[in-house]
Amino acid sequence: MNRQAILIAVQDIIRDILDNPSLVVTEDMQAHDVDNWDSLAHISIITSIEKHFQKRFSISEIDSFDTVGTIINTLEKKLA
Amino acid sequence: MAGIAYPFDSASLLRKKKALRRELSAQSGLVEKRIAILGGSTTDEVADMLELFLLMRGIQPRFYQSAYNQYFSECMQPEPALRDFKPELVYLHTSSVNIQAYPAITASEADVRTLFEQQMAHFSAAWQGIRTHFNCPVIQNNFEQPWERALGNLDGSDFRGKSRFVARLNDAFADASQKIPGLTILDIHYLSARIGLDRWFNPRQWHLYKYAMDSEAIVELAWQLSAVMAGICGLSKKCLVLDLDNTLWGGVIGDDGVDGIAIGTGSAEAEAYSELQRYLRELKHRGILLAVCSKNDEANARAGFLHPDSILQQDDFSAFFANWDNKPDNLLKIADTLGIGIDSLVFLDDNPAERELVRQQLPTVTVPDIGSDITDYIRRLDRAALFETTNLSAEDLLRSQQYQQNAERHLQQNHFADYQDFLRSLDMRAIIERFQPSQLERICQLTNKTNQFNLTTRRMTLPELQHIAASKAYITLAGQLRDRFGDNGLVSVVIGKIIGSNLDIELWLMSCRVLKRGLEAAMLDVLCRQASAQDITTLTGFYIRSDRNSMVVNLYRELGFSLIAETSQGSTWQLALTPATHTLQHCIHIGNG
Repeated sequence: MNRQAILIAVQDIIRDILDNPSLVVTEDMQAHDVDNWDSLAHISIITSIEKHFQKRFSISEIDSFDTVGTIINTLEKKLA
Repeated sequence: MAGIAYPFDSASLLRKKKALRRELSAQSGLVEKRIAILGGSTTDEVADMLELFLLMRGIQPRFYQSAYNQYFSECMQPEPALRDFKPELVYLHTSSVNIQAYPAITASEADVRTLFEQQMAHFSAAWQGIRTHFNCPVIQNNFEQPWERALGNLDGSDFRGKSRFVARLNDAFADASQKIPGLTILDIHYLSARIGLDRWFNPRQWHLYKYAMDSEAIVELAWQLSAVMAGICGLSKKCLVLDLDNTLWGGVIGDDGVDGIAIGTGSAEAEAYSELQRYLRELKHRGILLAVCSKNDEANARAGFLHPDSILQQDDFSAFFANWDNKPDNLLKIADTLGIGIDSLVFLDDNPAERELVRQQLPTVTVPDIGSDITDYIRRLDRAALFETTNLSAEDLLRSQQYQQNAERHLQQNHFADYQDFLRSLDMRAIIERFQPSQLERICQLTNKTNQFNLTTRRMTLPELQHIAASKAYITLAGQLRDRFGDNGLVSVVIGKIIGSNLDIELWLMSCRVLKRGLEAAMLDVLCRQASAQDITTLTGFYIRSDRNSMVVNLYRELGFSLIAETSQGSTWQLALTPATHTLQHCIHIGNG
């Protein structure tokens, strides 16, 4: 799965959870850039990404996520 | 909205919860409830899922959530925001992560006992605090078993074991709930065992987010919690309507004949159907009405219960509709015959097309997806958690008999051209008297679940009722009605507050199973007499509009009261009591208890 495809799948998940179907998700996006992306939404996003890709993040990986790009970096490695 | 009821699609629930909430909140007829969630771990996800499930069950919650792990201080010294919130229901979301100390391996039996007593004192104080500050029902989680056991298998038997300690606490919580009015236990011990502790506790989510259980387990927890809350609000289901062929027995009775159907011990399939019949009979015994709705000739349908191995008998059913009409029509007739709302029916059918038809035509009927394999039916129905009650009253245990008698009355009624003749033929006798202490539990249950014949829909807690029953400032009436078909039990309640020479009727309700029998006139008759005896000259009645009580919008007019004021919220009525005041005629003989 290439990076662009991962980004699109992640965008779909974030759109669903934030109930914002027109949100454009970019790699440099951070939680505080986006309305309603609070800590509870963050947990739902991480958990839903894990379920969707059937991959599990470690505690340190989750702690290191500061942009959408860092999530995609980790996913890309796991999916390779 | 598949996946939003058992079996859950928790991944899509988590992803789509905001959109689902938007959709579900748009329904009409939701009952608002202020619910405080006081947690020993993170509660946001619990609240989110709970909201979805309560909306499905007809409740629009307003939540207050304590700060993280502040459940105890909120119970002892509530924050001003919680006081202002005035919760109608408090949920204590604690679990084994909130056990303050487990026995040390060096502990003596006395040490373990002290630890146990300290832990119980902690929770007893919390419950007492809620009672003092809010006097409202409390739902309390018990404890799941610990997810690790350094003592291994010995952990469950040695007095120092964690599992042993948890089991003792759970036992004590169960005892407390039977003694303390308004305390209900949410059995997460059972739930976590059912799901499996490995799926229940997720150390990653605990360390990262302080979730006391995995987000998938939160879905299951919130579902059970919504069921208990619906039970407390009187929104549990009352009647289970059953298809016959391939639902209650294997095969088609019209084709296979009574000897050809699968029930009893002849095969694995037959045994599985017997297991289902046994489960349904248990439901009936605890007060859930059973009814038949089957496309069959009636004689064939009834013959199925003559099978020597049939556990269910014809008289287990409060209503029996076997014909070739479509099922939604029959469901409407069943609700009408039994005098209950369509929204209190649950429909069980192996045929997905019939289920879908009922879902579409009668969206308020609950239609569990029981699948198409007999070995799934019990589990799917059980997990749907439709029949929660906080206690079993004597009334519950007699209910199905009473409704059956009602169905007989219904049949009788058709034989009388004149309704008054019919009422006279019932030979009705009422006992209408001041609240007796032994009746308060039933009265409390009625105040919390009666929606249709309820003038003010004031919900009351047991302590409030105890206070009212003992106070000279109130006239209270509890009405029991008996007739030649049997005893309906306690079915009507009036509470009037004495203010000088006026009586404010703060509450007046009646169970729908005795509608149109003239009991309201008999209740008013007694109320007038008792009020006059206390030198009261005016009765003031209130109608407060709810989504469900339009049935009584004109009750006071019909009973001879004059309209005093009217707003969009309701109306106020008065009746002057003079020796010349005549109340409405009725056919009920009023006796003493």
